Amino acid sequence: MSANESLGLWGVPIAVLASAVRGGTPFLFVSVGECLTEKSGKINLGLEGVLLMGAMSAYAISYRTGSPWAGVAAAGCAGMLLGAIHAWLSQRPKVNDIAVGIAMIVFGSGLAFFLGKPYIQPLAPQLPGIGFANWCGNPSIRSAFKICPLFFLGAAVAFAMQWFFKSTRWGLYIRAVGDKPDAARAMGISVVKVRTLSIMAGSFLAGIGGAYLSLFYPGSWTERISGGQGIMAVALVIFSRWNPVQCLWASLLFGGAQALGPALQGVGVSSYYYLFNASPYILTLLVMIVTCSTKRTLAGAPGALGSGT
Amino acid sequence: MGTHGTSPAELGLQAACRSSLAATNHETKDPGMSDTQSPSVAPVAATNVGPGSRVRRSYRWRGKLEAVAIPTAAIIVSVLLFGIFCAINGANPLAVYASIHKAAFANWYAWQETLVRAAPLMLCALCTAIPIRLGLVIIGNEGALVIGGLCATAAGLAVPHASPLATQIVMAAAGMLCGGLWIMTVGALKHFRGVNETISGLLMNYIAIAILNQMVNGPMRDPSSLNKPSSFPIPDEKMLQPIGNSSIHWGLVYGIVACVLVWFLVHHTTFGFKMRTIGGNIRAARIAGLPVGAVMLIACFIAGAMPGLAGMVEVAAVNGSANESLNAWYGNSGILVAFLARQNALAVIIVSILLGGLLASGGILQRVHHLPDATTLVFQGLVFVVILFSESLYGRWKFFQEKST
Amino acid sequence: MKYSFSSLFITAACAFTGLLSSPVKADDTTMGFIYVGPKDDYGYNQAHAEGAAGVGKMPGVKVVEEASVPETIAVQETMKDMIVQDGASALFPTSFGYFDPHILKIAKQFPSVQFFHCGGMYVEGKHPKNVGSYFGYIDEAEYISGIVAAYTSKTHKLGFIAAKPIPQVLRNINSFTLGARSVKPETTVQVIFTGDWSMPVKEAESANSLIDQGVDVLTCHVDSPKVIIETAEKRGIYCCGYHASQAAIAPKGYLTGAEWDWTHVYSYYAEAVKAGKTLMDGSIPHLVRGGLKEGFVKLSPYGSAVSDEAKAAAEAAKAKFMDGSMVVYKGEMKDNTGVVVIPAGTEMKQQDINLEKMGWLVEGVIGSTK
Repeated sequence: MSANESLGLWGVPIAVLASAVRGGTPFLFVSVGECLTEKSGKINLGLEGVLLMGAMSAYAISYRTGSPWAGVAAAGCAGMLLGAIHAWLSQRPKVNDIAVGIAMIVFGSGLAFFLGKPYIQPLAPQLPGIGFANWCGNPSIRSAFKICPLFFLGAAVAFAMQWFFKSTRWGLYIRAVGDKPDAARAMGISVVKVRTLSIMAGSFLAGIGGAYLSLFYPGSWTERISGGQGIMAVALVIFSRWNPVQCLWASLLFGGAQALGPALQGVGVSSYYYLFNASPYILTLLVMIVTCSTKRTLAGAPGALGSGT
Repeated sequence: MGTHGTSPAELGLQAACRSSLAATNHETKDPGMSDTQSPSVAPVAATNVGPGSRVRRSYRWRGKLEAVAIPTAAIIVSVLLFGIFCAINGANPLAVYASIHKAAFANWYAWQETLVRAAPLMLCALCTAIPIRLGLVIIGNEGALVIGGLCATAAGLAVPHASPLATQIVMAAAGMLCGGLWIMTVGALKHFRGVNETISGLLMNYIAIAILNQMVNGPMRDPSSLNKPSSFPIPDEKMLQPIGNSSIHWGLVYGIVACVLVWFLVHHTTFGFKMRTIGGNIRAARIAGLPVGAVMLIACFIAGAMPGLAGMVEVAAVNGSANESLNAWYGNSGILVAFLARQNALAVIIVSILLGGLLASGGILQRVHHLPDATTLVFQGLVFVVILFSESLYGRWKFFQEKST
Repeated sequence: MKYSFSSLFITAACAFTGLLSSPVKADDTTMGFIYVGPKDDYGYNQAHAEGAAGVGKMPGVKVVEEASVPETIAVQETMKDMIVQDGASALFPTSFGYFDPHILKIAKQFPSVQFFHCGGMYVEGKHPKNVGSYFGYIDEAEYISGIVAAYTSKTHKLGFIAAKPIPQVLRNINSFTLGARSVKPETTVQVIFTGDWSMPVKEAESANSLIDQGVDVLTCHVDSPKVIIETAEKRGIYCCGYHASQAAIAPKGYLTGAEWDWTHVYSYYAEAVKAGKTLMDGSIPHLVRGGLKEGFVKLSPYGSAVSDEAKAAAEAAKAKFMDGSMVVYKGEMKDNTGVVVIPAGTEMKQQDINLEKMGWLVEGVIGSTK
């Protein structure tokens, strides 16, 4: 129990930087997953429920088996299951994406809370963090730069997905299905199959994002563990123009913004913290207002998104 | 359909809509659904009112039966699924059903509970159900309710010497105005800057809640509200009183009246017709000279005024002051109600009552059957998923389809 | 007699419902408990639920509970259901926000049912006669926590993560600070407000922020201290718990904690109601308060890191609470902006109702109520 030297005003940028990574990782997974789903032309608003199910199942399996990585795998599978339900339901005729999304939020979170009741008291083994600043004398800096391998996994997925969309056949199928589903059908691509797989894969990633929340940071299972990352992911994806690598940067930005309120209070700036807490949303809205235009469709938007085709 | 329009373009559009209606199975065409057919752009000569009318009359009967049978079957199926869920968790399904019935629909006492919970849902659902006619999917209901409630409180406190009725009118007006402006902003962002209205509505929800918290914990705070930061209270005598000696407040009446008025607006006025035309094919509407921007903004204003009124009712009939309890998930439930009611304002009344009953039965599941509090969420989720699934079953069975000429 | 009226009421309610899964014996007292969040949040609601479970074991007492009831018309409906459907004769809505207007409204409709609210400020003449309130002076335990924290801290910087700057919270912060500074006057307490009762991500960020500023003992007042205690343990610093004992999740760093003992309070009420005492005739007092002495609150057992010196000082302070000689709030006391909030020569005993309206932070706290 060594005494920490105070970081003083440096505490604010360090906190923001550290939080960008540790708070941004769930955003990263959920937004990259949503990006995949939206590229195929469907919006999945239900990721909030997937996130909670992922967090709960990761914690439960990690507690039961003693292996946090088994928990991560379980979270992904739970996500895929919910994704399968969403995919099946939202692709039925005359069913609206948004409605299914909200129904899945209710169902997913209900299921997560119900099944998660026995796991609130116990402590589950946590994911390890790789210390990047272990050479540093200051324990605050050491702890700030303890990064979970999942972050690197997520970043790798983001870059891989970028390449995947640009340079592989399946990436082309997904983009085709998302932009012009009729043309894709004419080409013989099964629109339903491609979309189902995209939604399931997207939910798999979102489930892993949930596992991060309960197994690394904040590292606990409670019913309020989610900070709205699932719903914000949809905004994040638009913010990043449906580009997975931009999703990475945007996630870092939003993760850092989460730390702004507490860090400022830590150095004495304590008024208006409700408005500070809302800063990510205000920021997204401003960016959208500035960059959108009626003249051209949002660059990068999949053509079939939101039109129900 | 209203035939008040006189311009040739309007007549042409009416005809185009009529012909496209005859081609589809349903009277209410929802833009944004997976119907890839859209009414033809070029104006078509008005169809003769001859054999077609006979088709429409019999179709109307079967169509209406379908619209009742399928949701009823959906509810039965979801209740059965929930019974299985309860059985797995050690509760007797039949006893659970009896309890739900007792808590929601068994007697006048239960009905009051259901109706009280249904009231805010009706108004909030309209916030989604109105703009969807234009092709806009708006989910900013929660934000509009919160802002409406906040402004209504501020207005009510600003007229301390007014009579109760005057205070309530001022509060309702302020709530509707602010809620309306809030959603009109969403519509304006869409029209002038092309910002996706679903996302902007979502973001504005969070911003509205932050504003509520900031105001109620800061400038508007009543120091004697101690451990629950609230605004200064509206005096008891000025609050909305219950109807008769029931526990239902006037919000229910506002909700039902609003739904009926909106239904009338959408289906039987020129403005409603314009809305539906824009929703059907926005380019055709523009070509025909409809003032798309104005219609969009006005429709969004009306849409936002509804949850704004609900916010006012929450303050004036229930809470007595503005505080964090305004943020009670009514808005988001309203979205679901709107979709389950298939955007039909009259169906919104029925679906709200159904959801109100679901919510009213949550307590008895915990207290009598010892099921955890999350059970009611699972139940709601099951009902929503099954009803949404049932939406896709329309038009599948020959029995419900019009007999061919 | 009031008691036979309530048993008559209970029997009538039973006849009316008749579909209850377990029949209520005519002389069972049914007590209804309402929680604003889930029963197992490892914090506020769980403490109440544990109390209710404790009292449910008493013979002749039946407990009905409902959790996650928001502070809207829903709680009015729940209260009515408990009375009409379950035959409750005493209700315990445990969240502060239930008091006005919800309890006050329903209490008027059911004058023979008793409503016991946690934390409410009952005012004679203004509020209905069948409403009472109870609360525990947990700040006494916080005072002792502060003493232990001050002895253990090496940087003399303590951290407090709080939800909102409301009187109950401010009183805890102030007592913690006063306790710490009573043994080590150079100690400061830095406070961060998260804005809401349960925000795990913000709480974790706040914990890290405070630790980065040199804090080496953390405590909190949020609905579920679990995340903060776990974060403190991960960062290798000490912590003090709240609501219930979190020692199990911080084996190395847990010093002590301020806990409720609601079973004690609820048993007192159960006995009184069963014996036929009521609020309406004054045999149950409207304002029931208690601290360490009355057994309403207690301290967690000391952790392994607590030195003997700290234990001695803590026990000495505890003894003074027990014999009633301890006065925490006495003049001259200034807040952290320099304004005198308790003039010299004035003593505010724990029962002083003005303490329940506290709106300031005492000298030594870094932070603001704005």
